[in-house]
Amino acid sequence: MSLDKEGIAKRIAQDLRDGWYVNLGIGIPTLVANYVPDGIGVEFQSENGILGMGPFPYEGEEDPDMINAGKQTVTLLPGASLFDSAMSFAMIRGQHVQLTVLGAMEVSDTGDIANWKIPGAMVKGMGGAMDLVASAKNIIVAMMHTNKKGESKVLPKCTLPLTGVSCVNRIVSNLAVLDVTPDGFKLIERAPGVSVEEVRNATAGRLVIDGDIPEMAL
Amino acid sequence: MDKVVTNAKQAIEGIESGMTLMIGGFGVCGLPENAIAALAETDVRDVTCISNNAGVGDFGLGLLLKDKRIKKMIASYVGENDEFERQMLSGELEVDLIPQGTLAERCRAAGAGIPAFFTPAGYGTEVAEGKEVRVFNGKPHILEQAFSADFALVKAWRGDRAGNLIFKGTARNFNPVMAMAGKITVAEVEELVDNTELDPNAIHTPGIFVQRIFQGEKYIKPIEQRTVRVRA
Repeated sequence: MSLDKEGIAKRIAQDLRDGWYVNLGIGIPTLVANYVPDGIGVEFQSENGILGMGPFPYEGEEDPDMINAGKQTVTLLPGASLFDSAMSFAMIRGQHVQLTVLGAMEVSDTGDIANWKIPGAMVKGMGGAMDLVASAKNIIVAMMHTNKKGESKVLPKCTLPLTGVSCVNRIVSNLAVLDVTPDGFKLIERAPGVSVEEVRNATAGRLVIDGDIPEMAL
Repeated sequence: MDKVVTNAKQAIEGIESGMTLMIGGFGVCGLPENAIAALAETDVRDVTCISNNAGVGDFGLGLLLKDKRIKKMIASYVGENDEFERQMLSGELEVDLIPQGTLAERCRAAGAGIPAFFTPAGYGTEVAEGKEVRVFNGKPHILEQAFSADFALVKAWRGDRAGNLIFKGTARNFNPVMAMAGKITVAEVEELVDNTELDPNAIHTPGIFVQRIFQGEKYIKPIEQRTVRVRA
C-alpha cells in the first residue's frame, strides 16, 4: 500500500524538531501543519509576511488582509509576527528558517530540483521557490514517486528547467523516504507494505540500498 | 509637511505611456486598487509593471491587461490570470519572471541606494543566464541589479498627512519596499488621519518615502482563495 497525500504529510511531520521555523509550500506540504507531533513546538513561516501562521479561519471570520502564500485565508497564533517581503526573504536567505518543505515535478540523485516550469505549457512562475531552495539548510521534497504515466520522478538528471541545484536533502514520496547522498538516493524507509523491489523499479536515479530497510512507523 | 492630494485621479497625475510602474500587493491583498482603477480610466499604455502578480481578470492589473496596455510584466508568479496567459503565449506581452525574494530585494536596493547585490537564488537555473557569478564562503551567487521605477503605487491601512504609513496583516508584503523605490511614490490608505494621530513608534514606512497620499474612495478587497474550517 503506497501512501496517500495525508500519509506523506504525516511522515514529514515526524522530521520536525522543537524550536524550528518552517516554511511549507503549496499542496501536500501545507498538510504537514496538521500532524505536528505532541511536544514539538514549531512556527510556520509564510513568505508573504507571517511567522506563527495558524489554521484556516472559521466561516465568517475570513479577513482579506490575512492570507498565506497560496492566497488562502488564514489566522495567526499567539506569538505571531508580520513583516514585509524583503524582511521575509531576509529570514529565508539568512538561513533563519530551519526547514523548507515543497513539492517537485522532478528531483535528481544529486539533489537538483525542478518544480516551476514545463516548456511549451503555461508558465506560472517560481514564486519564492528559488529563494527557498537556494538557502534553506534542510529541504524536504513531498512528492509522488512516479507521474501519472508511471514514469519515475526521481532521476539521474532533471529534464525540466531547474529551480535549484544540489539542494534537496530528503524526499518523502508515496513509496519511500530517500536521502540525497554523494552516492545517489539512499533508501531510508519504505512505505507500509511497499517492497524494496517496488521502490527500486520506480526510481530511475542511482539508488543505494544498505542492509534491511525498515517500514515507516506512522 | 502635507502630501495629501484629493483623489486617485490627482494622485496619478504625471504617469505617462512607456513608464515603469511598481504596484504593491501580493495577489490582490494590499493592492492599491483605487490608483489602479484611476489609471485604467486614462489612456496611458505600453507601461512596464513590476508587481509580484498580475491581478485577476477584472481587478487590479487585470484592468490594464485586458486592454493590452501593459507592454512588459516583471513578476514572480502569474498563475491566477487567464488573459495574462493568453497574451504571454501569443507573444503580445513581454514577461520577466524572477524569484520572489530577488524581486523584493531589487525594490529595497533601489530605495536604499544599492545598485546591485549578490544572491544565491536562481544560481544554476535559467534565471542566472547572462549574469555574473561569484563565490562567497564556498557558495555561488548571482549578481542582481536594483530596479528603477518612475512611479510606485502602494496601499496602506492608515496614513497621515506627512505620508507616514501603517500596514495591516499580510497586506504589507511588497508595499514598504516599493514605497522606498519609486521616484514618485503614491500611497493610498483606508484611513487618512492628522499628523498627531499615528504613534511614531508604530510607523512601518516613514513619510520621507511618500510623495503623495490620499484616502481611497472605497475598498473591495476580494479574497482569491476563501478557505475556512468547520466549527467543532
